[in-house]
Amino acid sequence: MEWAMIRSLTARERKDASAAAIFLLPNLVGFLVFMVGPTIGSIAISFSSWSLLNAPTFAGLQNYSDLLKDSVFWQTLGNTAYYVFVKVPLNMFLSLLLASFLNKEIHGRNALRTIFFLPMVASSVSVALIWQPLLDPTSGMVNKLLSFIHLGPYPWILSPNWAMPSVIMVATWKELGYFMVIFLAGLQGISSTYYEAAEIDGANAVQSFWHITVPLISPTTFFVLITSIIGSFQIFDLTTVLTNGGPANATNTLVMYVYQAGFKFFRMGYASAVAYALFVIILAFTLIQNQLSKRWVHY
Amino acid sequence: MGQLRHYLMNRNLLRVTLYVGLIVAAFAILLPLLWAVSTSFKSYPDVLAHPYQLLPRSLHPANYVEAFKTIPFLTYFLNTVKVSFFTCLGTLITSAMAAYAFARLRFPGRDALFLIYLSTLMIPRQVVLIPNFIIMKTLHLLDTHWSLILTGIFTAYGTFLLRQFFLTIPNELEEAAIIDGYGYARRFTQIILPLSQPALVTLFIITLLNIWNEFLFALVFINSDAKRTLTLGLAILRGDFDVQWNLVMAATLLSILPLVLIFLAAQRFFIEGIALSGVKG
Repeated sequence: MEWAMIRSLTARERKDASAAAIFLLPNLVGFLVFMVGPTIGSIAISFSSWSLLNAPTFAGLQNYSDLLKDSVFWQTLGNTAYYVFVKVPLNMFLSLLLASFLNKEIHGRNALRTIFFLPMVASSVSVALIWQPLLDPTSGMVNKLLSFIHLGPYPWILSPNWAMPSVIMVATWKELGYFMVIFLAGLQGISSTYYEAAEIDGANAVQSFWHITVPLISPTTFFVLITSIIGSFQIFDLTTVLTNGGPANATNTLVMYVYQAGFKFFRMGYASAVAYALFVIILAFTLIQNQLSKRWVHY
Repeated sequence: MGQLRHYLMNRNLLRVTLYVGLIVAAFAILLPLLWAVSTSFKSYPDVLAHPYQLLPRSLHPANYVEAFKTIPFLTYFLNTVKVSFFTCLGTLITSAMAAYAFARLRFPGRDALFLIYLSTLMIPRQVVLIPNFIIMKTLHLLDTHWSLILTGIFTAYGTFLLRQFFLTIPNELEEAAIIDGYGYARRFTQIILPLSQPALVTLFIITLLNIWNEFLFALVFINSDAKRTLTLGLAILRGDFDVQWNLVMAATLLSILPLVLIFLAAQRFFIEGIALSGVKG
């Protein structure tokens, strides 16, 4: 009896395994060819010198040592870091603030949520096309509106100093609603009894926000932080269309440099090295955040 | 008594601040979009007019027709629809099948293989751009929509998302089906898939958003005007110095419109899906 059961189990397992092969096959083949293979291939290419016109030659660590001496690489890395470390905290603060406003029983809550989320469905390309004329220093609506309150005119995307803040502003405009929705889901998990108790103890809204909302929402904050750092390091579309990396390389980013090295200068090995550097930087930040999270994320 | 009045006044003040804050924020989000709509209906002289016109002096819906004539908008649009359709279809079918194997079937090396899937979630797409360019060149797929579809389908994300969802479906349902003589294919299509509708819709929406708005791979893989997708076709408009912003805005808004309509119709799925992938993923 027992023997029969074991036999039938292994028979089931054998059947499972052959069924699994069929279920996995379509995805696995594509995954190996277009994802795993290229990930490994990319390392190999980064150790080569290859213009696509002739056969690749082995270059050892040449591309990586070139990278360390390349001022454009450091500049694009600096620009990307500027974008990430200003936009991510700004965006997180604003979206959490909006989410905690919307978490209250207010009229028109759903309509507001729809409005805030709306820019998220538009491509970065179309967002850039909409904002480019708005940010024009002479004819753009942003400066016209600011002039009503006696501010400006500001040069926005036409000045090297103002270009990155402009990109950050537009990116925040687009992404605010996305993170707001994630925060809102997290907020709905916080029991209202905490807030009621705090109110009885005489806490005001700001105190409740800092001492209840912020600590209790920390797992969501951690998720938003990680995903938005990973996503923001990969900025390409917005800067390509809004500023084309300019003026004076002020908004040229790492991924734009991967594209330029690969498809403008046809240095496939070098472009792969830049892409890998990006990956290592993202990985390092994720691991560091993961370590630091033990101190401030309360599950 | 005075204290209570003070308290209530504070409360009302807070409510007013909250509403004002929210309305200002909503206005800041909406204004650029409203400006785009307004510009798309303006005549060209109106776009350049001084003093600045917020609303069009006269309506020119013909801009939308003109946008179709000045740029091959319809071609770009249909290309994007085609690429999006096949990418979503391919992602849903292959990810669901693989996720079923990972969630429900026992086979040697399952956990190791799943770990490989998981670890690629961390890899930015740009890392695989150049090798994929070379693969497409070798397969003679450069400048075809297949290059975009194939690189769009096989991300580990879909398999991961669906596997997590399939794991929450009680095993007993399938065990009962086995007793009723259901094979693997019937269990998958008649039990697992119907119960996974929310996760499938979420994956569809996320995939659609990503592929409809994809730019980098299209820029690298696609060369000829007839093959361009919307993002690519719109991005080159920027290069023209005498840009007719009224036409550009008409084309831009038309390119966003399908996703806006899908969003408004299936808002619940967008929001729940993003909350689902965000909080649990």
